[in-house]
Amino acid sequence: MWNWLKTLYHRLGSPKWFYQITGKWLPWFVAASLVLLTTGLVMGLAYAPMDYQQGNSFRIMYIHVPAAFLAQSVYMMMAAAGVVMLVWKIKMADVVAQALAPVGAAMTFISLVTGAIWGMPTWGTWWMWDARLTSMLILFFLYLGVIALREALSPQEVAAKACALLAIVGVINIPIIKYSVDWWYTLHQPASIKLTEKPAMPASMYLPLLFMVLGFYALLGWSVLLRARAEVLRREAKSGWVRELLKDK
Amino acid sequence: MNPKRKQKLMLIGLMVGGLSLAIGLTLYALSSNINLFYAPTQIVAGEAPEGAEIRAGGMVVEGSVERDTQSMKVRFAVTDYNQEIWINYEKILPDLFREGQGVVAVGRLNSEGELVASQVLARHDENYMPPEVAEALKLAGEMPAAAPFIRTSSNK
Repeated sequence: MWNWLKTLYHRLGSPKWFYQITGKWLPWFVAASLVLLTTGLVMGLAYAPMDYQQGNSFRIMYIHVPAAFLAQSVYMMMAAAGVVMLVWKIKMADVVAQALAPVGAAMTFISLVTGAIWGMPTWGTWWMWDARLTSMLILFFLYLGVIALREALSPQEVAAKACALLAIVGVINIPIIKYSVDWWYTLHQPASIKLTEKPAMPASMYLPLLFMVLGFYALLGWSVLLRARAEVLRREAKSGWVRELLKDK
Repeated sequence: MNPKRKQKLMLIGLMVGGLSLAIGLTLYALSSNINLFYAPTQIVAGEAPEGAEIRAGGMVVEGSVERDTQSMKVRFAVTDYNQEIWINYEKILPDLFREGQGVVAVGRLNSEGELVASQVLARHDENYMPPEVAEALKLAGEMPAAAPFIRTSSNK
């Protein structure tokens, strides 16, 4: 298993191999995200019971929670890709990091907006400068910083290094986001779903959420692979295999 | 692993470690400023500035809500299960405002030590359940008290 993973890791470093193998993975991600998101949305919006306090407005959770999960895990993936790029000098890691950044920024934006829409009817305000909301806003700015840095610097190698460093340094924000609700008094409630405890809601409520989270991850795989494949073609435009590939089309 | 890569990895590790330490210490030093609100115990102990706008948070004490019949005026107590303070408010309360639930009130302390609020926000806890289940739990007397979001330890 370990050796297999190691081989996969080394092979993925080759642009050509990356392009070929991800072409095979793509349909699975498409199918998984369509099935999971449809199931999750129908279950969450039509079949999950109302909440005894919040009524139907809690259903926005089925978008808000997966988006917030992804906002944080995409950032960690981006930082991990940054470490791989800096230490092992694998250029494909930078392609993946570049593909991840706008998707992560979009997820952060979605979680901020859905949070505001949820906050108005339940808390009575769109926004409050509490630790959770503020650290999430900082995450959004970090994403924008990484995207802007790449656009601002050339050549590509310099931009790649700078982006990797910023992504790695910004990772410190992730535990702050996660534990903000435990460390400080906040308006945002603590986590309902924890790996170590059973969820603070019945199965009829958390199953749709589980489907939505998995669906969001599949959607992430789909969109990041698409973006990374396009970027590989752009960067390798002069190489033999890309010319060969384009000749057939 | 070749020594050059090892060195780079250690450099990154040191950088992140050092920075986390710096940020950790900063946040620790600022922790009282990062808290969104004062707990009633802190206000009673005089930690909150008088006359300046502050935020106070706590659980609404069951049976403490007094509504004026002639106006929008409402008065209620919030508690952190240690001390209570009274809050006066004259606007529409959020839908989720309930006895036994958490609120955060923005306002100033008056001379009697009561908070005159300009805004009251409802806080909800992390528990979700269908209305029937809540009803059944209430009937059985097993409704868990709304999670107290105030940490009662006095180290904060």
